[in-house]
Amino acid sequence: MITGNFYTDASLVILFLPLLGFVINILFGKKLPRQGDWISISAILTTLVLALILFAIMLKNWDYKFSHEVIMPWIDMGAFKIELGFWVDNITIVMLLVVALISSMTHIFSLEYMKGDIRYNRYYAYLGLFTFSMNGIVLANNLMSLYIFWELVGVSSYLLIGHWFEKNSAADASKKAFLTNRVGDIGFFIGIMLMFTAIGSFNFQDVFAGVSDGEIKGNLLTLAGLGLFMGAVGKSSQFPLHIWLPDAMEGPTPVSALMHAATMVAAGVYLTVRLFPIFTPDALVTIAYVGGFTAIFAATIAITQNDIKKVLAYSTVSQLGYMILAVGVGNYTAAFFHLLTHAMFKACLFYGSGSVIHAMHHSLHNLHDHDTDPQDMRNMGGFHKKMPITSTTMTLATLAIAGVPLFSGFLSKDAILAGTLYFVDQNPQHMILAFFGFGAAAITAFYMFRLIFLTFHGEPKMPKVFEGIHESPSLMTAPLVILAALSTYIFYTLPINLIPWKDYGWFTKLIKAKDSVVAGTPSAKEIYDGVHYMHDLALVLSLTVASIGIGLSFLMYYRSTISSKSWAKRFGTFYRLSLNKYYFDEIYNRVFYQPFLKFCNIVAIIDWDLYDKYFINGFGHVTKLLSKVTGQVDYDGLDQTLVDGVGRSAGGLGKGLKNIQTGRLQNYMLFALIGVIIILIVQYSVIL
Amino acid sequence: MSNILSWIIWLPVIGMLVISLIPRNNSKIIKQIAAITSGIQLLLATYLWQVFDSSIGEMQFMERVEWIPSFNITYILGVDGLSLPMVLLMALIGFIGIFVSWNIDKAVKGYFSLFLLLNTGVMGVFLALDFFLFYIFWEVMLLPMYFLIGMWGGPQREYAAIKFFLYTLAGSVLMLIAILALYFTCGNTFDMLVLMETAPVALNGMLWWGMSAIKVIWVLLFIGFAIKVPVFPFHTWLPLAHVEAPTAISVILAGVLLKLGVYGILRINYTMLPDGVFWFAGALALLGLINVIWGAMCALAQKDLKKLVAYSSVNHMGYTLLGMSAVIAASGMNGSNLISAQAGVGGAVFQMFNHGTISAMLFILVGVIYDRAHHRDIEGFGGLASQMPVYTAFVAIAFFAGLGLPGFSGFVSEAMIFIGAFPVFRTIVIISTLGILLNAAYFLWAFQRMFFGPANEKYNDLPEINSRELFTVIPLAVITLFLGVYPRPFLDLVSSTLNLLIESVVTIGGYAGNL
Repeated sequence: MITGNFYTDASLVILFLPLLGFVINILFGKKLPRQGDWISISAILTTLVLALILFAIMLKNWDYKFSHEVIMPWIDMGAFKIELGFWVDNITIVMLLVVALISSMTHIFSLEYMKGDIRYNRYYAYLGLFTFSMNGIVLANNLMSLYIFWELVGVSSYLLIGHWFEKNSAADASKKAFLTNRVGDIGFFIGIMLMFTAIGSFNFQDVFAGVSDGEIKGNLLTLAGLGLFMGAVGKSSQFPLHIWLPDAMEGPTPVSALMHAATMVAAGVYLTVRLFPIFTPDALVTIAYVGGFTAIFAATIAITQNDIKKVLAYSTVSQLGYMILAVGVGNYTAAFFHLLTHAMFKACLFYGSGSVIHAMHHSLHNLHDHDTDPQDMRNMGGFHKKMPITSTTMTLATLAIAGVPLFSGFLSKDAILAGTLYFVDQNPQHMILAFFGFGAAAITAFYMFRLIFLTFHGEPKMPKVFEGIHESPSLMTAPLVILAALSTYIFYTLPINLIPWKDYGWFTKLIKAKDSVVAGTPSAKEIYDGVHYMHDLALVLSLTVASIGIGLSFLMYYRSTISSKSWAKRFGTFYRLSLNKYYFDEIYNRVFYQPFLKFCNIVAIIDWDLYDKYFINGFGHVTKLLSKVTGQVDYDGLDQTLVDGVGRSAGGLGKGLKNIQTGRLQNYMLFALIGVIIILIVQYSVIL
Repeated sequence: MSNILSWIIWLPVIGMLVISLIPRNNSKIIKQIAAITSGIQLLLATYLWQVFDSSIGEMQFMERVEWIPSFNITYILGVDGLSLPMVLLMALIGFIGIFVSWNIDKAVKGYFSLFLLLNTGVMGVFLALDFFLFYIFWEVMLLPMYFLIGMWGGPQREYAAIKFFLYTLAGSVLMLIAILALYFTCGNTFDMLVLMETAPVALNGMLWWGMSAIKVIWVLLFIGFAIKVPVFPFHTWLPLAHVEAPTAISVILAGVLLKLGVYGILRINYTMLPDGVFWFAGALALLGLINVIWGAMCALAQKDLKKLVAYSSVNHMGYTLLGMSAVIAASGMNGSNLISAQAGVGGAVFQMFNHGTISAMLFILVGVIYDRAHHRDIEGFGGLASQMPVYTAFVAIAFFAGLGLPGFSGFVSEAMIFIGAFPVFRTIVIISTLGILLNAAYFLWAFQRMFFGPANEKYNDLPEINSRELFTVIPLAVITLFLGVYPRPFLDLVSSTLNLLIESVVTIGGYAGNL
């Protein structure tokens, strides 16, 4: 018992075990049998067991008010103090379980996927570092801890995205991810400073209390909230900082499943969920617009992508937009619900794509074909026959993300859309948010089925490659099966409800929304009732849009009754914009990076070749004049001989040093020595 | 050990005298003597740290010996929470520096003698409490530095050495004027502890040529110290000196010498001219901001790795200025915000120490690759990560420490500085948080160009970092990590003294309106 409480002790172990795995593997992994993967695996499985135990206890206690906090002093200078610590409540426990589960799946999946990798031990080490950092975010009870682990998640994602750093694209992607996240972190830190300055504490509870007491309010509070939210914009890849996530697909696919689908990107949503009570109505509207726009914006890009992982990447951006939208409209428990369900089905989809890519790799490798892109869906088709488990599980997950009843995504998406409808109903001027939400739902259903049809159905596009495709080994399919099962509704509505279109279950009973502490915001109960009221309308609408999306996709890519090519031609401009991701990378490159780099070069030239060469070297002459003046001043006041001596020696020194030769070293050494000796003699003669 | 401070200061000179007795071709023995001397000094400094009472803010282990009574010049030494970390830093980096210099083969005797003399000079500045003595040590430090750059440096060493020398000398001259001005106006004494008491009163309301004497002396001292920091626009000697200096000298220069400037401002300007602090704090914060942004932008444009690291020093030292300016938050007119003053000043002092360990690490690592590849052109490498994985790991640690990643000490100090300065200089701090991004940009971009991408075949046979080099880097990395995770030991050491300093600035500095 470290902290004297089972919850916090278990959380501490969950937090630090993966870190231990990291330290052991990074230092000794290479020398251990199997390069130490078993260390990481046993660490993560232990945390999974602990997380399950915590989860079981949570269900047994059935107390939505449960929370436990541990505070440790970190810095104490008298008045200035920082206390770190952690906070365990139901949200934390659910999140710990999600992280432990997805991380365990990734560890297991990677056994096969990363077999024979040149930096196998480091890969497992970094997974441990990542899991540690992510759990740190989950457990943080204060803004400072949150920021610390936030950055550590950033660096572990940098290391993992850049795992194959020999590829320039991977190295670029890792740097881009880190730097884009740091843009968000600037806002995050400014938000932290505003809060700390006003309230004098980083602790969430103190912050909530401070806001509720009005220690920070009005525009300043909006600004602080938006600053903190900016961190989430970076981490959760929201518009306009969404550019890093698709590139991050350069990392190994299991990593994409872990970080860029289920956990790291979820951290931004988690932050907004945790801090929901302090957002002002103005901040919330901004959040809603950022999320809603991102949801539909990313979805329209995903439609035209041909790289199977890119589709999933933009789909992730879009789904994160959904969650942020839910926070913005005040229905933040729905955001957290979607975070949970999305983690399962999106991880399943990513592992599925990994399984497909793995099979493509092997087939292409056997054909000695190194030019065909193993991730391009235009090279696939008909894989269902060859890899039925992958195909089936991915299809189930797709049904979940498309929002089809009986699947988890339906429940959470419905909750978000109902919340959005309620918000729009209350604030009709924000009508467009509803269009964002339902539009994105339709598009999502469309492009996800497009992915399924192109990959697993139809005629094989490359028959030779198709020949060599095999189902992945059971270490890879097992996580798929587990996660596909977790994408069904039943796991979220137990133990009190088995009706597939009603979302109440352990989740809604144990994760209850808190009231906002900002004056003038609707109470949690008002929002809850409103959502409940809108539930049926949302259900009908979302089913309609999902069927439209799925139907269109079916006609276009399964039956081919509608030609996707002619549609692409008809909407040529839009098609090109979407295919090229609205040229955001190019625009940022041209508007920000390149001009800024040029500007830096100019600054460096000004600094070095102009200012230093001309002004400073010219200043040398001024200095000479100045020292003469100094001599004059000193002369008036100071003993004549001393000043003269100093002046002469300074002048002589300067002259002598100008044309200094190595031969003169001894002289100066001698002077220095003499000086030192004199001082020594003086000192010791007095002492003795 | 009643004269422990004197021992710490003069031990290197004893080592130097012993070296002078060794024949010049016995280079191995010379190096060993230098190492032993610094090693003992490091032990002494560590012992001092152990016996130092950090709950007391005032000077400890004071030594006072009459020296030149006719001018009231006294040999006074003392250590407090501000100087002790700097003494520890110098002892550590001085010791490590000997091993970094192990490959020196030109004029070994001269090199190590000067190296030890430099050590004495720096220690003396940190421990002297008599202005005259302080100034002497300040100058003693300059001389060996001049020769070390000018003789053992790179191709442009002579230009770099003379520039460094004249630049610093210019600052010293201004400083000397200020010292004399204080001497004559505040009761003919060089005793710094006495001046701290008398100067604020004696200078109050005094006008010279229609200007407040406080302002004049402040500016004179500030320029003298600013050149050392270096504060924009007095910074251009630094990249040149760094690029030309041999590795160990760059390490000492960045690791310790730059701190003398900030130390001087805190020790002298802050205590003797507290009114000036209020007058100048805004400028200090602004200069800090310029250092941060300008340094980062110049670093981003560099192609030479060493110059990049040099500009990163300009960038990192900017944070200390920003942090120091937060002291005025504790005054009544700023709402007596002691939290913010402690965070800022504590952060600044912590940042000094952290920059010492981190930049030392960076320069050592630059030296490692330069010794092997004989160039430092960032674009000339590529894919080193697969060729020298251990070296890469240490560069990654140093770079991530440099870009302020949590877990490394630099993060703690930078966060403290931001938090501290924010309430008083909101706009300046908000702009300077751009540094969060820019620091990461220049380090990661350089890292990518050197270590990622396809391996450069030319460097397939570069030997991995060796055990001597690891011995120099690992202690620094461990300290950086340890203090990043657990900063208490450092902050506990300094907080009593800094709190006293803050208190004296805001209680004595009440005449600000009179300026």
